[in-house]
Amino acid sequence: MSLSPVEGVALAEIESSADAGGPAVKGVVGRSPGQLAWLRLRRDRTAMVSGVLLIFFMVLGLAAPLIEMVYGIGPREQFQNLLDGFGMPLGYAGGVTGEHWFGLEPGLGRDIFIRLIYGLRTSLFIAFAAALITATIGVVLGALAGYLGGWLDAVINWITDLTLAMPFLIIALALTPTITLRFYGERGQVSSAFGVGVLIGVFAIFGWTSTARLVRGQVIALREREFVEAAKASGAGLGHMLFRQLLPNIWAPILVSFSLAVPQFITSEAALSFIGVGLSDETPSFGRMIYRSLDFLQTDPAYVFFPGITIFALVFAFNLFGDALRDALDPKSSR
Amino acid sequence: MARFLIKRLFSATLTLFAVSVLTFLMFFALPRDPVTGMCPKNCSPERLERVRTELGLNDPLISQYAGYMKGIVMGRDLGSAQGGRCDAPCLGWSYVTNEAVSDTIARVLPVTLSIVIPAAILWLLLGVGLGMVSALRRGTWLDRLAIGFSLTGASLQLYFVGAVLLLVFVYNLRLLPVPSYTSIFDNPAKWASGLVLAWVALAFLFSAIYARLSRAQMLETLSEDFVRTARAKGLAKPKVYGRHALRAAITPVVTIAGLDVGGALGGTVITETTFGIQGLGRTAVDAVRSGDLPTIMATVLIAAVFVVLANVLVDLLYAAIDPRVRLR
Repeated sequence: MSLSPVEGVALAEIESSADAGGPAVKGVVGRSPGQLAWLRLRRDRTAMVSGVLLIFFMVLGLAAPLIEMVYGIGPREQFQNLLDGFGMPLGYAGGVTGEHWFGLEPGLGRDIFIRLIYGLRTSLFIAFAAALITATIGVVLGALAGYLGGWLDAVINWITDLTLAMPFLIIALALTPTITLRFYGERGQVSSAFGVGVLIGVFAIFGWTSTARLVRGQVIALREREFVEAAKASGAGLGHMLFRQLLPNIWAPILVSFSLAVPQFITSEAALSFIGVGLSDETPSFGRMIYRSLDFLQTDPAYVFFPGITIFALVFAFNLFGDALRDALDPKSSR
Repeated sequence: MARFLIKRLFSATLTLFAVSVLTFLMFFALPRDPVTGMCPKNCSPERLERVRTELGLNDPLISQYAGYMKGIVMGRDLGSAQGGRCDAPCLGWSYVTNEAVSDTIARVLPVTLSIVIPAAILWLLLGVGLGMVSALRRGTWLDRLAIGFSLTGASLQLYFVGAVLLLVFVYNLRLLPVPSYTSIFDNPAKWASGLVLAWVALAFLFSAIYARLSRAQMLETLSEDFVRTARAKGLAKPKVYGRHALRAAITPVVTIAGLDVGGALGGTVITETTFGIQGLGRTAVDAVRSGDLPTIMATVLIAAVFVVLANVLVDLLYAAIDPRVRLR
């Protein structure tokens, strides 16, 4: 028998829904808070639409090599014969044809569609990896600071302030080449996997602060509750306290912050590639494409629109879904 | 109040000190030797060594750091190779631009200020205003419009919005000149027309977040007892909403605004790159590209100072805005 307060909330929820419920609800059916949230999510049309869109994007990213096979064009192939003397794609809207759906890049003449698909893959992978790592760091540090308090809390708080005071873009900009040089030297051929790894690492160093603050606040609110005291009295260790008693009570806000962190990392990755750190031109990436397209803004405006709108749709879907998730998990929230 | 301020300023100084030590260490781990950048045409190893000694690069890191800090607080003599005497906020000498770093900063800081301050005023007014209106008119078409606006804004990217704005207003309609910076004291009209696109782009994206936040906060506050009490006392609606509810609802907005404005003052890298304006952010990026250590150090430090000061300011504002907050 757990003394967790979640149970109480769930029960109240069931009772109220039974009052208002139609003939489908026969008697009181016990549902876990997770099931209730899932039900609410299912009923939310925005959540379903954005969820389907997200799954579509993820499948596109995962199936990139497959799409390349069907589409018949690789991300590094150049079609110089389809460009005019100035390196501009022939035809309308940046060279859109049945063969090249989104046209060609001016200058190098690479296919924009397949580069976007691969960019999606890079972007999603980095964002999910970074969100997972930062969530883990944030949860552990935040829970420790909140639960133990005292000097540890002060130290972790101070480190959080310090991390927030560092200008992220400039430091990331300066750190990435340094780390790359350390590993590869001046002439080494940098593999794209390494670039991705460094980027995730930089995000991990800077991205954990908001989760840590959130978890710390939640844990402090729970710390004095009876069920914590009960567990302590029965001799629970630190690990059990944090991960079996406290965490199950705050997984909802953590999940929401995770789902809203992913689009933030997508944006940051594009921003870093935009100012020229992060990924080399070899690895397809949204930010890199938009940065290159700024030079052709007057001559080939279509080039900026395809990556710009794709990244907008992706981030938009994530934000909508994150919001819907928050509504589903926290029935009291009014956004 | 005074005690709080002293405590807060002390911890702020400690943070800044840590930032300076960290950046110093980080950039001295940079494998690129600043001296090789100085004489690109095959300097002899002996000459390189001499220059290095002249610059103090062979000294232990601690004394290099101490020298740097001394320069900031009371100025120091950098030697004839680096422009001689360098006055109080001495941030060193850049070999890439061949001028004192403090001169570079003095030149580009007004640019960033001119971008950020008007943009911040615009985004706060627009964001909080929209949030308030949609909270008070909850469920109407106005509310839905505001939600749509803020969701769109929160998902758009600055460089994309910037590119579209440039395309429409500068290249197609030719309503505005290509963005550039002119001092406000020389020509206010030119100053505004050169930067207005940057303001609009920043304000659009940032106000989205503020509209969301202030709407949620306002809705929460409106259901509080003190709002009902004020209404029950017979106070007029505008007075209750404008005075009582707004003050309570706006505190979290102020926190985020402090972080955002402080961060933006440290250099709006993306905005400056998109619009091709040379401010603090672009200077920092250029410095990193060319391995210009003193300039990198200076820009990072200035950015950190802005963030830390903004945080102190936010804490003070808290007490001024929300009567329930007492500083200890």
